[in-house]
Amino acid sequence: MSDDTTTERARPEAIKAVPVRHPGRWVGLGIIAILAAMFLHMLLTNDRIRWSFIFLEYQDGKRGVMFTEPVLEGLRGTILLTISSMAIGILLGVVIAIMRLSPNKILSTVAFIYTWFFRAAPRLVLALLFGNLNILWERIGFGLPFGTQIGKLFGLDNFDGQFYSIKASDLLAGFVAGMLALALSEAAYMAEIVRAGIQSIDQGQSEAAVALGMSRGQVLRRVVLPQAMRVIVPPTGNEVIAMVKDTSLVAYVPVTFELFFQLQQIQARTFVVLPVFVAALIWYLILCTILMIGQYFVERHFGRGYGATGKAKQRLRDIQVEQGGRITPTGEGT
Amino acid sequence: MTETTEMVRADNVHKSFGSLEVLKGIDLVVKPGEVCCVLGPSGSGKSTFLRCINHLEKINAGRIFVDGELVGYRERGGKLHEMGEKDVARQRQSIGMVFQRFNLFPHMTVLDNVMEAPCRVKRESKSEVRDRATALLEKVGLGAKVGNYPGQLSGGQQQRVAIARALAMRPKLMLFDEPTSALDPELVGEVLDTMKDLARDGMTMVVVTHEIGFAREVGDNLIFMDGGVVVEQGPPREVIGNPQHERTKAFLSKVL
Repeated sequence: MSDDTTTERARPEAIKAVPVRHPGRWVGLGIIAILAAMFLHMLLTNDRIRWSFIFLEYQDGKRGVMFTEPVLEGLRGTILLTISSMAIGILLGVVIAIMRLSPNKILSTVAFIYTWFFRAAPRLVLALLFGNLNILWERIGFGLPFGTQIGKLFGLDNFDGQFYSIKASDLLAGFVAGMLALALSEAAYMAEIVRAGIQSIDQGQSEAAVALGMSRGQVLRRVVLPQAMRVIVPPTGNEVIAMVKDTSLVAYVPVTFELFFQLQQIQARTFVVLPVFVAALIWYLILCTILMIGQYFVERHFGRGYGATGKAKQRLRDIQVEQGGRITPTGEGT
Repeated sequence: MTETTEMVRADNVHKSFGSLEVLKGIDLVVKPGEVCCVLGPSGSGKSTFLRCINHLEKINAGRIFVDGELVGYRERGGKLHEMGEKDVARQRQSIGMVFQRFNLFPHMTVLDNVMEAPCRVKRESKSEVRDRATALLEKVGLGAKVGNYPGQLSGGQQQRVAIARALAMRPKLMLFDEPTSALDPELVGEVLDTMKDLARDGMTMVVVTHEIGFAREVGDNLIFMDGGVVVEQGPPREVIGNPQHERTKAFLSKVL
């Protein structure tokens, strides 16, 4: 109230009302505190969890089960598998989403069939299937379709029309098979997410861009996709985190270069069950926490010009105020 | 058709959406430097016609020429060939358009909005474009807002940025699609002033608007559309002051 300028009437005293009491909240807090204490008690005093087995020493002279060499190796595998299958999944997903929205009927039908198949097929079944695909072919390669038959047509017996080929059991086993199963399945989900993102952008945006003379590719790259990212990133964060956990499915391909498989091996060797699961859980928690922090920054980057999260928070606060809550000291009153 | 005495020429333009015929034979000539205002009730097809001029809508019959060049098609041996994406984009580069709802790119700053097309489409040098964009923003009175995002500006400011964005491509023709209809009444003036400046600088403009005052003051020619046809046209003062057609009289009596 430093510079009262024009108003001749004195400003009335700011309202200092006794806020609405919430006794229920205190009762709730009490119950939660007791439950939390019980949980902590269980974690800290129950010897059967065997924290030292997890963190310090799982056999004489060996590090805790979380930090042994094969488990760390498995962790690297899990991270590599997550990154590679998500990278392929996102790229392919964007391509399929754009195909799906194309005015070209053939492209959109192909995209539709792709998403139909890979969304309907369970990942576990896909992983098993891809691990065994090499039964179908001896070699896999690029070449003319029906190469041998065409060769026969022209009287060539040993013509196969292959430019490059590789033994199927080398290519489609273990890591690559597992990665492909996850990546192709992921691409279908990503395609739907990207499509939703693109469709959420106002028509006027692409119209304005096109009216400036931008090409279709430029409109997508510079105008539509950057805005769609705001809608695409949060569910993609879900997908990445789900992928970290789904990598454990490739143990059935089988891929041994993977966290959960390695921990189960230790389980089988030492006959210690629960602490190993706890160790696995802790690793997955750590990985996913790092990813969630990453997601926060990615969201902030693509939210520029919107302040989306801030606005959403403000909106929720407004609802609270409208329902009789306290006025927060931002802006109001002095 | 290479004489440059006609910036826009529409010959008997028809346009349908499915079975709905929106334009039923529009003829129009806009000379270079002229401001042509298009008036009419909603649903009369005036916005659709405007969008046909830069090929945002494909016409079903008739011809539209901009600066002597057929829009969206090439005529070879008496046969029309559809233009490819690239050629349509090239034609649009010289036609600026301003939309009712601004359609600024919300993820870019004001300066980036204006620089985007000259840099990406025409591939001009960045520093040169920056100087020009800054000058244009100064001209529309937004020199202080270059670093802001569109969401931080008022409607009137956004629309002025949109005008600067279109001008950055150095168009020979500007299309305005109800540029003030989405604005608060007190913000309409600033946008109209910017447009008046533009008209004074000799820009050829086609303006779909409900601002009778603007049409009377700035317009060289006024056409009144209803039901997909041009009902009446002529110098704005005459059409507005002394409408001949019943439909025009009824419309003007409501908006004046």
